Amino acid sequence: MNLFNLHNSLESYLVVAALLFGLGIYGLLNRRTLIGLLISSELLLSGASLNFMAFSRFLAPDPTTGQIFTLFIMGIAAAEAAIALSIIIAVYRNYQSIDTEDVAELQG
Amino acid sequence: MSSLFTAEGLAGLLFLFIVAVTLIGGIIATNSVRLPRAVSGLAMCLIGVAGLYYFLNSPFLAAMEMLIYVGAVCVTIVFAIMLADPGAEKRSGRQTALSGVLSFGVAGILVWGLVLLATSTMWPAVPVKVNDGSVTAIGHALLTTYSMVFELISVVLLLAIIGALVLARIGRDKA
Repeated sequence: MNLFNLHNSLESYLVVAALLFGLGIYGLLNRRTLIGLLISSELLLSGASLNFMAFSRFLAPDPTTGQIFTLFIMGIAAAEAAIALSIIIAVYRNYQSIDTEDVAELQG
Repeated sequence: MSSLFTAEGLAGLLFLFIVAVTLIGGIIATNSVRLPRAVSGLAMCLIGVAGLYYFLNSPFLAAMEMLIYVGAVCVTIVFAIMLADPGAEKRSGRQTALSGVLSFGVAGILVWGLVLLATSTMWPAVPVKVNDGSVTAIGHALLTTYSMVFELISVVLLLAIIGALVLARIGRDKA
């Protein structure tokens, strides 16, 4: 295995994408603020997009498919970020906090 | 072992650098206590991902990643931090250490499984490409094969704009 030829193998991209996905899961479970959760979910989405791009570059007969999927993931992620941030601002206005432990009115 | 001082060797070195930028940015984004630092880590990680897209023969997607994620999403998150002013993340919960270890364990098991799956699968041979994946090909595919999805995502984005405006108005005075 040549260290300087890693960019021509599918597996190295898949490993990087898996690490990004794992970082996103770790942040999603460990974070305590709503904005931290949003940042972690962006990491999850970029891990998934990287997988799409790698498969489209190395395995798909039509290399545009993965790129178009990644474009749509970007559009959905931008919409998700806009909605989530406006929800966060509404929550902050009502609770004066964006900590996940303070927003617990329905906990019972 | 190919020499470092060829075009291939330099590209390989650049690839390792970009992977390091991506992973270090991701670690900063998930582990820093202060949120502005976490957003900077996210921007660094996404710049690295854009570099990886460049290595995957798609400079168009790399430019879109820089524009949409680094340029728009990160800046929007910074605006939300300024409006909500969270300060440092509170670490007062009773099981923070335990939850950190547990979430690291869950993520570690997941990454281990995915890496094992990626490295042990026998991927099929590279098929014959039907086009070159250039910007022209992407444009043709978007307006022929994927035209319905293209229209639908514009509706989704319009609804997201209206929804964000309505949600952010809740609880505001009518002044």
